[in-house]
Amino acid sequence: MARLTTPRYGRAAVLLLTGAYFLVPLACAVAFSTGVGVPGQHIGFEAYTGIFTAGGFTDSLALTLKLATATIVLVLGLLVPALVTVRLAAPRLRTLVEIVCLLPLVVPAVALVAGFSAVLRWGSDHVAGTPLFQALVALQNPDFPLVLVLAYTLMALPLAYRTLDTGLAAIDLRMLVEAARACRAPWSRTLLHVVLPNLRGALLNTAFLTLALVLGEYTVAAILGYQPFAVWILAISGSQAQMSVAVSVMGLLVTWMLLLAVATAGRARRPKETS
Amino acid sequence: MSAIQTAGGDSRTRSYGSKAGLGPPRRRVPRVAGWLGAAPLLVFTAVVFGLVLGTMMVGAFTTPESAPGGARLTGANMSASLHGPYLTALIGSVKLSAVSALIATVVGLPIAHVVVTSRFRALREAVLAASGVLANFGGVPLAFAFVATLGNAGVLTSQFHLLSHGWNLYSFWGLTLVYLYFLIPLMVLTLTPALEGLRRQWREAARNNRANTFRYWTHVALPILMPSLLGGYVLLFGTAFSAYATAAAMVGSSVPLVTMQIADALSGNVLVGQGNVALALGVDMVLVAGLIVAIQLPLQRRSARWLA
Repeated sequence: MARLTTPRYGRAAVLLLTGAYFLVPLACAVAFSTGVGVPGQHIGFEAYTGIFTAGGFTDSLALTLKLATATIVLVLGLLVPALVTVRLAAPRLRTLVEIVCLLPLVVPAVALVAGFSAVLRWGSDHVAGTPLFQALVALQNPDFPLVLVLAYTLMALPLAYRTLDTGLAAIDLRMLVEAARACRAPWSRTLLHVVLPNLRGALLNTAFLTLALVLGEYTVAAILGYQPFAVWILAISGSQAQMSVAVSVMGLLVTWMLLLAVATAGRARRPKETS
Repeated sequence: MSAIQTAGGDSRTRSYGSKAGLGPPRRRVPRVAGWLGAAPLLVFTAVVFGLVLGTMMVGAFTTPESAPGGARLTGANMSASLHGPYLTALIGSVKLSAVSALIATVVGLPIAHVVVTSRFRALREAVLAASGVLANFGGVPLAFAFVATLGNAGVLTSQFHLLSHGWNLYSFWGLTLVYLYFLIPLMVLTLTPALEGLRRQWREAARNNRANTFRYWTHVALPILMPSLLGGYVLLFGTAFSAYATAAAMVGSSVPLVTMQIADALSGNVLVGQGNVALALGVDMVLVAGLIVAIQLPLQRRSARWLA
């Protein structure tokens, strides 16, 4: 039979080179943070064990987690009702909702933050003394900057929309809702006990992707002058290079484990539901 | 019925409400609830996005209020954003994005092909899962991984004395190398569905017509893949163009990039009063990104034809 695939050596070479390019930096990052491979460096795990006691670590991580929670709640709170009702009651709104959700793709994070800072600057010049000023102060509260939640929500919309929409397309929403309504379940109960449990996988995926986005976000927070996790890593890199690399490695591992957990949860659930 | 629909008050509601009679009858689904469900999302994006984009547009075309004479309509910001160091940065960004996206496309195609045609299912799933993670692995951690590997004190740099061979990570090509780390996985993810759409029969048919592998690729596979390749290239270009964190954490200002210029102008690292030029640069970026989406959408639709 004629050979229909790439020569075997070619395939092996492609895979080998690709693997090397993607694994070497990770291995080197681990080697660098433990002192292996850097001449004149003491070998040990101090960079890792010292993370938790490093100044600013707990503050920045707590801020990031707070921001992530608020962003996830806001993204799901806005998208789930909109997508469910677009499918059930208002199919004509579908295009508008899609455009609105995908629009942030056209605005790079840097341009978005330029716009946000212009709004904040304009606000502080013009609304001083009015009730709006209080809102402006609350937006920029350094303990919990709501303005970041707004920016992150916009940035998360495109991915969240695609994930949730795929999840909704996979279930027969209309049938589920009509069955629940036929059993005289009120709307609140239908949503909470019928629709949302069937969307568990998509909701989890969306929450994870949003969490990953907020964990790694640097641009908006740095330019607006806040110090969540990613900004903190960069801030300590000058004095503690090893530790900043160690934190990066840890962050990557945590992100991968979260993704794996979501992937396996999605896979384990499927057979149960079809039975 | 129509009275309930127009009660929503907003003009969109009314225009849809007038056509409601044409829709299929739906049992037990109150229509007003539908409008209310979508309202928070629409209101949120309209207010936040509208305010941000509106202020940006206004700022880009007016003088700062602190300037003598107050805020006046002007084209000076836009023209300043296309001159001098800002133009250099814009060109630098376009060049970096174009080159790194091109390399990622050329390198990503064989990788995706090997993965898609692999006999081992596990390899496919592992590569695709890893691509999903790596494509989103931008930002500060990526920069630090590469600084630890190939930076001035990096592991490979000191092991192989790369500095004496003229290696410099904090340069155009260094940044390209780093960008490829998230661009190649993105390309693999983009190309996989298209490559899966290539039928084995097409290859066999070409073979029966005595086409060799080269002719099969140039006359059958590549023309079919072209919309996907172009669409992927444009997507990669856009991703590289709007990236900021990686470059900021790694090279500082040794490679001029438009994202870096905006950040500098916003944080007042340069002359005071450049804030509105930063907004003009932001408008430039939105225009480029909009152009990219306008090119990509039709390409995506065209490449989807072969996947059916």
